[in-house]
Amino acid sequence: MSAERPFTISSFYKFVTEKKLMAVQCDDCQNLLLPPKPMCTKCFSINLKWIELENTGTLLSYTVIHVAPEEFQSMVPYIVGIVEFENGLHLPGIIRDLPVEQIKIGMKLKIDFDPSTSNVWPEWNRYFFRPV
Amino acid sequence: MSSKPLVSIVSAGLSKFGRHEEHVGRELFAQATKEAFDRCPRLDPIKDIEALFIGHMGESYEHQGHTGPTLADWTGLLPKPAIRIESACASSGSALRTGIMAILSGLHKVVIVGGVENMTHRTTAEVTEFLAMASDMAFEQFNGITFPGLYALMATAHMNKYGTTEEQMAKVAVKNHYNGSLNPKAHLQKEITLKKALESKLVAWPLKMYDCSLITDGASCLILTAPEIAKNFTDTPVHVIGSGLASDTIGLYQRETLTSLKAARVASQEAYKMANINPKDVDVAEVHDCFTIAELLAYEDLGFCSPGKGGNLIDEGITELGGNLPVNTSGGLKAKGHPVGATGTAQAYEIYLQLTGQAQKRQVNDAEIGLSHNVGGSGATASVHLYRRD
Ligand SMILES: [Zn+2]
Repeated sequence: MSAERPFTISSFYKFVTEKKLMAVQCDDCQNLLLPPKPMCTKCFSINLKWIELENTGTLLSYTVIHVAPEEFQSMVPYIVGIVEFENGLHLPGIIRDLPVEQIKIGMKLKIDFDPSTSNVWPEWNRYFFRPV
Repeated sequence: MSSKPLVSIVSAGLSKFGRHEEHVGRELFAQATKEAFDRCPRLDPIKDIEALFIGHMGESYEHQGHTGPTLADWTGLLPKPAIRIESACASSGSALRTGIMAILSGLHKVVIVGGVENMTHRTTAEVTEFLAMASDMAFEQFNGITFPGLYALMATAHMNKYGTTEEQMAKVAVKNHYNGSLNPKAHLQKEITLKKALESKLVAWPLKMYDCSLITDGASCLILTAPEIAKNFTDTPVHVIGSGLASDTIGLYQRETLTSLKAARVASQEAYKMANINPKDVDVAEVHDCFTIAELLAYEDLGFCSPGKGGNLIDEGITELGGNLPVNTSGGLKAKGHPVGATGTAQAYEIYLQLTGQAQKRQVNDAEIGLSHNVGGSGATASVHLYRRD
């Protein structure tokens, strides 16, 4: 299923549509790439494969956005954070369903997937984080 | 401290920073250039200046690209080569580095380096969006993470790891506003209280309005020469003795740490090594305080204190105008303003004034060694330059 997908950001978001958190692994040096890259940036190999990650990670940092770009203004204030998944792989994203008072660096969060797409380029499905 | 100069600054110019409703960027750059020409009467701009290297972040602000030749035209310097350099908010720090390379290569003997941005005619939402373009489109922008948001993520991590407080960050704003009150070219020339800073409205928690630099219009420039001919143009050149430039991941989330900018550490090490000096030799510094937390990170990344101790430096008053190591005597990006493309060479302009004794009310006594630190985006670019008076 994953072998034919090119090692691109667009493929990453196609997996998001399928509710999967995927990273790329180098077959030659085992380096992990998230975001995916078309070439291993450690050994320059193109022998790559997709791997699925556990959907739970640890919150590294967060902020509450009060001044937002146009597209996000209706959501203000919203929380964004950086989550560390297995093997030290990180993703940033919006944290939903969590009152600000309950946020703590180091807490466990789960990645979840939003079926709606944005209607401007890039028309990808969104992922977000929520409490476990 | 016997290092050989890389290049010499023989003149410098700065437009007034602020809201310039009646001007577009090229006109502000002409103001900066005019000051630099006037300050250096022995220079014949048409005969002597051989090339322009211009920092400019975004064509979105003015819907104007192709900045290099536009500025050569507006400053009377056509048909000299004129190139725009883009590294987000570190654009003119990178232009300075490029000018140094052009002179060291032997291709040119006299060049003008500078930068410009005209931002205030845009709405806050538009500027927020344009600035965010310097972050990772696919994961940061796509998730609504703003430019203040990225620094807020660093601030939260620093507070969590080292116990840094909102009050320590606010003290950076109070200090830089005080310095700005002494700078007739600063966007804001008024002091603020700690209470006012702490009670200002939230932008991206824990960063409040007074933790953020100003959206400003402005331009800056330096005239660089090969050191051996500097005295043809001025009796008081300032020598650039170290230049460091480094890059890092575009996405903040991909970094090894959120509490330090690796690019700034690498760039400063390169600059110190080239200049053969230590952080303790620096007498005055202009650092990239796009947000108050950024100034505390700069203290640590530049080796002014150990990791996590940035807050102590501000608490102890060491970086105040009367302290051992005055930082951001110009008012910094915080009070002088942050017309992004103009910032790097505007920092160098302040160091030039300090080392030539022209900083008036904010003059640091007997300053001999200066440093400037210019960061692009959330730290994907950092440039550090070291200067010595003649
Ligand atoms: Zn590899």
